[in-house]
Amino acid sequence: METLIIILSGVLVSVATYLILSRSLIRVILGTAILSHAAHLLIMTMGGLKDGSVPLLGEEASSYTDALPQALILTSIVISFAVTALFLVLAYRTYTEVGTDNLHALRGFKDE
Amino acid sequence: MNNIIVLPMVIPVLIGIILIFLGPYTKAQRWISLGVMVANAGISIYILNRIQTEGILRLDFGGWTPPFGILFVADSFSMILVLTTSIVTSVCLIYSFFSIGKAHETMFFYSFVNFLVAGVNGSFLTGDLFNLYVCFEIMLLASYVLIALGGRKVQLKESIKYVAINVLSSWFFLVAIAYLYGTVGTLNMAHLSERIAEAGQTPLLTVISILFLTVFGLKSGLLLYFWLPGSYSAPPTAVAALFGALLTKVGIYAMFRVFTLLFYHETSITHTIIGVLAGLTLIGGSIGALAYKDIRQIVSYNVVIAVGFILVGLAVATPEAIEGSIYYLMHDMIVKALLFLLAGTMIYLTGTANIDYMSGLIRNYPLLGWMFFIVMMSLAGIPPLSGFIGKVLVGQGAADAGSYILLALAFISSIFVLYSLLRVFLSCFWGETIISVEDEVPLKKGMLVPCVLLTLVTIGLGLGAESLAPYVSDAANTLLNPDVYIDAVLND
Repeated sequence: METLIIILSGVLVSVATYLILSRSLIRVILGTAILSHAAHLLIMTMGGLKDGSVPLLGEEASSYTDALPQALILTSIVISFAVTALFLVLAYRTYTEVGTDNLHALRGFKDE
Repeated sequence: MNNIIVLPMVIPVLIGIILIFLGPYTKAQRWISLGVMVANAGISIYILNRIQTEGILRLDFGGWTPPFGILFVADSFSMILVLTTSIVTSVCLIYSFFSIGKAHETMFFYSFVNFLVAGVNGSFLTGDLFNLYVCFEIMLLASYVLIALGGRKVQLKESIKYVAINVLSSWFFLVAIAYLYGTVGTLNMAHLSERIAEAGQTPLLTVISILFLTVFGLKSGLLLYFWLPGSYSAPPTAVAALFGALLTKVGIYAMFRVFTLLFYHETSITHTIIGVLAGLTLIGGSIGALAYKDIRQIVSYNVVIAVGFILVGLAVATPEAIEGSIYYLMHDMIVKALLFLLAGTMIYLTGTANIDYMSGLIRNYPLLGWMFFIVMMSLAGIPPLSGFIGKVLVGQGAADAGSYILLALAFISSIFVLYSLLRVFLSCFWGETIISVEDEVPLKKGMLVPCVLLTLVTIGLGLGAESLAPYVSDAANTLLNPDVYIDAVLND
């Protein structure tokens, strides 16, 4: 199971890398979103995907899954949420101000 | 009461939140945020003195003993940096009172400065790896806003790149944490250090350490500094000074912490890589500092050179070199803030950033000119000023460790620093004046006073190095003997 998830997250990373290296700004942002999915999957996998009950004490199970990675992922999800929201707004503002989403046209700062 | 060590992070967070409600009252915002930074400086001096008598202090949040809870650990190294951060931020705040403008001030500028400082102080104080990641993000989110606030075209363009590169490096950080957790199964730094020592730093752990090196290299501009000159040129002067003084230094701090506390077993691999990267950074930064005529670019590349220089100290890792790096880190935070402020003032006075179009400023603004002269001497490491002691100790350490190439690169880079700034000084301050008496922009006292304050601090740091010596040697001692740190955290 771990191997499968690792491969999946590897696929996500390669897709994200491809998107981030592209010329359009919105594709870059999509790439960063996919990248964060890959990281979250990886954290979950590295905590171990052993069988066990959900980490709720009411379950009365003999073993539970590791609760720590889940807390880490939860924290990291909200952070990447915030960053992505800021990034999208920034991209929108740049698009209205500069008039392009082509990253090649956004190079240098000679016009000021 | 150890609760006091949480204050350098908690006060700025709370005050930042309160300042949101004080939107239109800029006077109140100014005084409150300046008060916070001065109070922080006082608190950190108090903690620093307590550490000398009582050893490393720690605070377990919620009473959960390590390694199960998050904790803050205050040793001399982190408190020295918190103190320097408070001083630099206070001065940058005073500068921003007179330069940043009404539009910024009503748009929560001071809140974001407070959040930035909270993130920086949190990163210095935390004893938990994931908490370090969170503090990094607090700092970075505040810096994203500060770089884009104002919304000029150049700021938007540069902030896009800055955000993209930092999202990427945060991703690397998460991946490194995931691998490390998967390998050793803990996140508390002292506990991690113990477990890594038990495992003897297997090749897998060395790979993870190189992943951490990539992360902090991106944050601090160690070789991966391609994003830095652009991003540091875009924001207003006060913000650029804060960035130049604080942001890269947090990456350097994290690198010191990780490579002296956690991954210190395979120095022939990791520290050699750090040494090579530091050498390349020194070369690249020197080339950049000479290549441009835009004063903001010159100043930004000087930040890069300093990063390389400080990490030479980590790469050779002898006691002298580490002490030298700590001295140089303090010196560099103060002097880089001063350099950015002076450069920004020159741009404000002349209306151009190109050094070819500035000339003879010393006739109109003598004090500014001589302060630039002092900062140049200080950065180059001329004896009575603060850069000297750090450079000597790093050089001595490199000579002791036999890394003569790094030694040569580090000192040749000093000549390049001197040359690049001397070029600015000769071209902008000497020569025929281009500003006639009628066109002369009056230099506001409020812009001059912060620069004078920082100049006094750099002179004082140079002359008073002796009185700082016990703190610095204690900091270096903790860095070189991870057992001191581990004992303070785990065996109480």
